[in-house]
Order: sequence, then structure tokens, then C-alpha cells
Amino acid sequence: MDSIISGFVKAFSLIFHLDKELLGIIFLSLKVSGLALIIAAAIGLPFGAIIGLRRFYGRDLIISVLNTFMGLPPVVVGLSLYLILSRSGPLGFMGLLYTPSAMATAQSILAFPIVASLCHSAIVSVDPIIKQASVTLGATPLQVTITIMKEARYGIMSGVIAAFGRVMAEVGAILIVGGNIAGYTRVMTTTIALETDKGNFELALALGIVLLAISLMINMVLHYVQKLGVRTK
Amino acid sequence: MSELGLTIKEIKKSYNGKVVLNDCSFVFDRGKTHVIIGPNGSGKSTLLRISALLEYPDEGKVIYHDDYKTFEDNVELYRRITLVFPKGGLFNITVFKNAAYGLKLRRINKGEVEKKVEDALRDVGLWEKRNQNALTLSTGEGQRLALARAMVLNPDVLFLDEPTASLDPRNTSIIEEIISNIKRRYMPTIIMVTHNMFQAQRLADSVIFVYEGQIVDGGPGNKFFENPTDERAYKFITGQMVY
Repeated sequence: MDSIISGFVKAFSLIFHLDKELLGIIFLSLKVSGLALIIAAAIGLPFGAIIGLRRFYGRDLIISVLNTFMGLPPVVVGLSLYLILSRSGPLGFMGLLYTPSAMATAQSILAFPIVASLCHSAIVSVDPIIKQASVTLGATPLQVTITIMKEARYGIMSGVIAAFGRVMAEVGAILIVGGNIAGYTRVMTTTIALETDKGNFELALALGIVLLAISLMINMVLHYVQKLGVRTK
Repeated sequence: MSELGLTIKEIKKSYNGKVVLNDCSFVFDRGKTHVIIGPNGSGKSTLLRISALLEYPDEGKVIYHDDYKTFEDNVELYRRITLVFPKGGLFNITVFKNAAYGLKLRRINKGEVEKKVEDALRDVGLWEKRNQNALTLSTGEGQRLALARAMVLNPDVLFLDEPTASLDPRNTSIIEEIISNIKRRYMPTIIMVTHNMFQAQRLADSVIFVYEGQIVDGGPGNKFFENPTDERAYKFITGQMVY
């Protein structure tokens, strides 16, 4: 019990003294996950919008696959990406393995189905009369699409925030493709795993507290966004 | 006065094998208010939506200015006509932005947009609520906003699909007053569907009676209500029709 209490005391001390190593790890985590989210949103939002707005052959299959991929096991993503990026893999020549870029790629693969699927759901839940109203007010097809996206904005934002929450807490995939190199690819979740293995609970606890705080903040923002969407309906 | 003529020719429409409209033809006089009446399920709203190019007919033509326009390539035409839905179809943005929506699509300059929107919102009594989200308005206020949003565009043809459905008498009277003001001021061609006989009598220059997918009677407003030529129209307006 004493060791747990002392661990917490030391962890809070690291946080309050803005420990350099701790800050570096937090900053790298935010950088990797932020980059992953930008990539996932840049591809996932237009993808979700297309399957939400257009009717084409194979659309239902794509939606089913996307929904399945929302629960994609991170270690499977990590393993697949490892095989692709390893020296003998098809993209081995790029030398991306054990770099923050590889970690961001893995996280963006995990975030993409969440962003695309929730964007699609948000768009299909927009009242069809909105499309007709914008057409009758003189909107071009592009302007109609923008209007529908704006109507679905709270649902889309919820999807993006949920995806950020998922990648921030992810450990399996980035451990495989990032390698947990101190000062280079070591992020919050991988550090917690490593330090716990080593019995160094102070840093692991401090990072756990910060991770929880970030997760709480993400969920508070998510709740606020969802409340905004409900309030105006 | 409206410069855009509208003629529908031999319109036919079916849904899942059920004939909804059968051989409907009509020439809508410019600058007049045409009210489409008929029993529930007679095809009134379908006729309106096809005339407004929101749906394709299976057969027949909708002719604006003698040009056959199809849904895909009629954005230019849609800048001259507009439709008000039974329940607003309002966007999840402020009252002001809703009213300004059509003008912004047309890239009208900011000053002119503000002036037109202010005038329209004052006309419908919603200026004080301009910063409120449109979805928080009451049903009556929502319909007033939908009319203001159409009014600022000064359309040649204004379609109204049961604009007072589910409104109380007070709000119905306000909406009718707004429609009368639009008629007086801009003289668009108004094509309106209603199931309210008294409203049709108050607003119509011309009446179209639709029964089982066909235009079976019609004519100038007062004349039609005083002396309908078709027996079914007579039964309908005197409340004797069971449907």
C-alpha cells in the first residue's frame, strides 16, 4: 500500500514540476495522434460523405466493412503495417519502421473507419427535406453537399473526437511499428507499458493520470458537442 | 409580374405500380395564384412536386418558357422558382442565416443581403429573433421564416405545399396575410396545395380540382366555388364526399 501511495506522490510531483521527460512524451503522443487524426479526417470525411450522399453498387457492403473495421484489433493493424514497412516488405525502402510516421500511419488506419462510419451515419440522419429545400432555394449539387455536411456537423465532430480518443489510448499497433525508442517513438501508452514492466511506477502513474485527464477532456468536449446537436433539434 | 410561364403536359406518375397522376395537363397563368385542391391521396402534392421539378414524371412534360428542363441541369431555373414545404425544411442555423441562404448562394453582396433579409424578417415579424436558432422556433414561426426565405428571392414561381398544415387559426391567418402581401408586392405565379376550402376561397385566383390523379374540374376561384361543373368537385367542396 505504501509503495502505491508513494508512487502517486512521486507521480504528482513529476506532473507539478513539469518534468522534462514527461512533457516530451506527452508532446510526442499529442503530435503522433494529432497527425493520425488529420490524415484519418482528410480521407475519412470525404469517404463518409460520398457513401452518405451517393447511392451506388456495393455501397451496403462498404458500410458493413467500415462498421466491422471500427473494432479492428490494433495488434493486427500493427502486425500488417510491420510486414509492409519492414525491410523485406513492399514499402521497406521508405525506412519508416520505428519512426513517429509509422506510428501515425498505424493510428490513422485505426481512426479512419471511425471517422468515415460516424460521418456517414451523421449525414444519412439529416432530414431528406434539407436536400430538397436547398435545391429549391437554388443550390448547385456542390452547395447541396456542403449544406448537408453543415447540417450533420455535430455528428461529424463527434466522430472525429471519438476517433481521437481511440488513437490516444492505443498501444498495440504503435508498440509494434514504433518500437518504443526513448526520446523518439516513446509515447504515453507505450511508456506506461514499459515502465510498469520495469517496476518504475512513478512515471507510469504520472502518464496514466495525464492520459486519464486527456481522455476526460475529450469526453467532456464530445458530450458538449452532442448536447449542442440535441439542443437545436 | 412573373415573367416565367409554366405549362404541364400529359403528366403521368406511378409509385410501385399504383397510378398517382394520370394525364394531367394545365397552363398556369403568370402572376396568378393557383390553388390545387382535392381529397387526401388524390395526387395534389405529387402534381406540385413534379411542377416544381423535385420529381420526374413517368410521362409528360413540365415546360418553363417552352424549354423542357430536367432536374439535373436546372439550377439556373431553380434560381427563379422556389418551394415552401409543409414543415419548413429549415436549416440548423440562425433565423437570419436561414433567410439569407438563397441570396448567399446567388453571391449577392453582403449589404444587399442584409437589407433584403431585414425587410423580409420584419415583414413576417421575426426580426427580433434573427439570432435565434431556426429549429427552436414554433411551427407557425418556422413557416413564417420559410416564407421569408422564399420572399427574399423574389421568385417568378412560388410553390406552397400545404403551408398552413398543422397551424392554429391565428397562425394560419398570419401566413395567409404574408402570402397576400407577396402577391400584391411581387406578383409571382403562386401554385399552392391546400386542403382548407376556406383558405382556397380566400387566396385563389384559379382553382384546380384533382381527383384520383386527374384534373377533373377547375376555373376562376369564385366561379368554381359557386358553380363547380363536376359532381365530384361539388361533393368535395360541400363536404359530402366520403374518402
